[in-house]
Amino acid sequence: MKKLVSLALAAMLALSVAACGSSDTAGEQTTGSTDAAGTEAAEGGVLKIGGIGPISGDAAIYGQAVMNAAQMATDEINAAGGVNGMQIEFKFEDDESDAEKSVNAYNTLKDWGMQMLMGTVTSTPCTAVVAKTAEDNMFQLTPSGSAVQSIAQPNAFRVCFSDPNQGLASAQYIGENQLATKVAVIYNRSDVYSSGIYEKFAQEAANQGIDIVAVGEFTADNKTDFSVQLGKAKEAGAELVFLPIYYTEASTILAQAKSMSYDPIFFGCDGLDGILTMENFDASLAEDVMLLTPFAADAEDEKTQSFVAAYEAAYGDTPNQFAADAYDAMYIIKAAAEQAGITADMSVSDMCEAMKTAMTEITVDGLTGNGITWDADGEPTKEPKAVKIVDGKYTAM
Amino acid sequence: MKNTAKRMKGNTATYGIVVLAYILCEIVMRTGHMSSLMKGLLVPLCVYAILAVSLNLTVGILGELSLGHAGFMCVGAFTSAVFSKCMAQTITVPTVRFLLAVLIGVVCAGVCGLLVGIPVLRLRGDYLAIVTLAFGEIIKNVINVLYLGVDSRGFHLSIKDVMSLNLEEDGMVIINSAQGITGAPTDSNFTLGVILLLITLFIVLNLIDSRAGRAIMSIRDNRIAAESIGIDITKYKMLAFSISAALAGAAGVLYAHNLSTLTALPKNFGYNMSITILVFVVLGGLGNIRGSMIAAVVLTLLPELLRFLSDYRMLIYAVVLIVAMILVWSPGGIALRERILAWNPLRKREKEVQ
Repeated sequence: MKKLVSLALAAMLALSVAACGSSDTAGEQTTGSTDAAGTEAAEGGVLKIGGIGPISGDAAIYGQAVMNAAQMATDEINAAGGVNGMQIEFKFEDDESDAEKSVNAYNTLKDWGMQMLMGTVTSTPCTAVVAKTAEDNMFQLTPSGSAVQSIAQPNAFRVCFSDPNQGLASAQYIGENQLATKVAVIYNRSDVYSSGIYEKFAQEAANQGIDIVAVGEFTADNKTDFSVQLGKAKEAGAELVFLPIYYTEASTILAQAKSMSYDPIFFGCDGLDGILTMENFDASLAEDVMLLTPFAADAEDEKTQSFVAAYEAAYGDTPNQFAADAYDAMYIIKAAAEQAGITADMSVSDMCEAMKTAMTEITVDGLTGNGITWDADGEPTKEPKAVKIVDGKYTAM
Repeated sequence: MKNTAKRMKGNTATYGIVVLAYILCEIVMRTGHMSSLMKGLLVPLCVYAILAVSLNLTVGILGELSLGHAGFMCVGAFTSAVFSKCMAQTITVPTVRFLLAVLIGVVCAGVCGLLVGIPVLRLRGDYLAIVTLAFGEIIKNVINVLYLGVDSRGFHLSIKDVMSLNLEEDGMVIINSAQGITGAPTDSNFTLGVILLLITLFIVLNLIDSRAGRAIMSIRDNRIAAESIGIDITKYKMLAFSISAALAGAAGVLYAHNLSTLTALPKNFGYNMSITILVFVVLGGLGNIRGSMIAAVVLTLLPELLRFLSDYRMLIYAVVLIVAMILVWSPGGIALRERILAWNPLRKREKEVQ
């Protein structure tokens, strides 16, 4: 009996492997036929762009935003005639913010016939995937993978600031505007984003005449009570508390600071974006909080407002910075592809080479910055914007 | 005598399945029919199969519950990745470097298993489950605060930040706390994975059939009886547990050398991972080595093959898991299964003819 079951299971295993093999060939065939159909429909053919990010699990909110915004940008571009006459086909795969799953997602997209990758959303998976795209020499643009190693390969570029750049910009901003000399930092040491910003901030602080008087750490496992860290900052007499963390923890910190009547300047990075739209959060707590962010949903300019309105209409949600990054990413790909003269019948590798050169030549005005340019190392050059929360709204400073 | 022959046949079938699957995959891959997804999954499949087989040694054969198997995997993964990253320039043959890394990972994980086992395996009851659970979490958290760098003056260790390592110009940060290890060479491949799996199977299956294995199983079945005939309970428990830990370390080595980034997240080395491995073992059958191997492969493939369902993927996966558990192990499920398998139109007709 047992033998029968195990034989059946073994057969299942063999079948599933075989099925993968056959579904692959089937996939290739359909790819071929849709390509043919696409060529008939729009003379330029179809450009297949893949996206990877978490749409389940803890970081799902970021992946969802990227997926929605990228789809929105794709629809807009297609409606306006596509890229070089090519229609864009966009497909998004889930990676649960896990490196291994992310590589699986990448391979799935490759089987689908992906020609360029817009991803991945989170940093660690991005580092794993970038090694694979470099092997295949596929062009990769990550909207929000901010760790240094996430774009270690020459084929990878990013839209957001790198973590060290944010730390650097924050320290410079605080120093140049003489916001404070005694600064406390509370950061999440188990998080790549947070510790990356903190390390660079600490290095730059000395150059800017900033004295870091207290450092409060927490990890993903204990992030509900910050009274110890806040007490340490208060005791050391910090005039400014730097929060290079995400808004969920920051909201707790703000509430606890108020309850112990500690009222320094709170200064954060783009991770704080979203705090005002958080459910069950008293927005008055965030009054006077400053943050360095490339995107604020309440900004006055026309581009942001039309994007926010369109996003809200389509998905019933206020877009966050990740959505803006992804929306920009699609337009950056469009700009670079037009500059490089990409056509749908180019090989993935040729496309990558052309895109790599084009990326350093283009200048893009996007939601997350005006006149963004890129170096060959993939880092964007753009001005960080500092905003202050006044009367429950972002106000440019 | 008959029993031994039967067992030998079973063992041969287990090796046969692995070799057959390997040959099949190689043929499909060589002829260019394998999808990229499948190619990427081959090494992880070996990793999970090794983990399931090794945990089955603790849970199924020794009869102790371990909830920290991912912790031992983590030890193996990080020690071996540190070794490979340091030796990337010195040893240039990937296979040699990988095999040395395996040795180091296995030894370190085995020693950890021994250290955990020394106090805990002397006790009766569920203490091993509690301690291994804590061990897994501790390992993960230790890695997440650890900074390790190397320069011309040797190794530097810190638990504060990168700056306090005081590296010289030529220095290299190896473990960057939460950011883990990046840029370790990706030396593992499917062939090496299958070889490791075969070695794992060889060790575990031979242990079960040996004198020591029978002693271990007698402890599981009746501790008092085993003690009364003079079996050194602690020794045999320790033997099984540290072998199990060492093999988990081997799986960790394979895992660490498959991707270019290695971080100790709750997802890959935390409690959830340990439970996932336990699910493989339970679904495959306690004490059934072949079963746990097959369960690991099927359950790892399933969520990937369900990708076409997009949003409903994980939901369906959970449902399939429950249905599989019921069909394979509940009494009602077994009865149903037997009825289905017994329903053989040909045989029926034969009877009628008679």
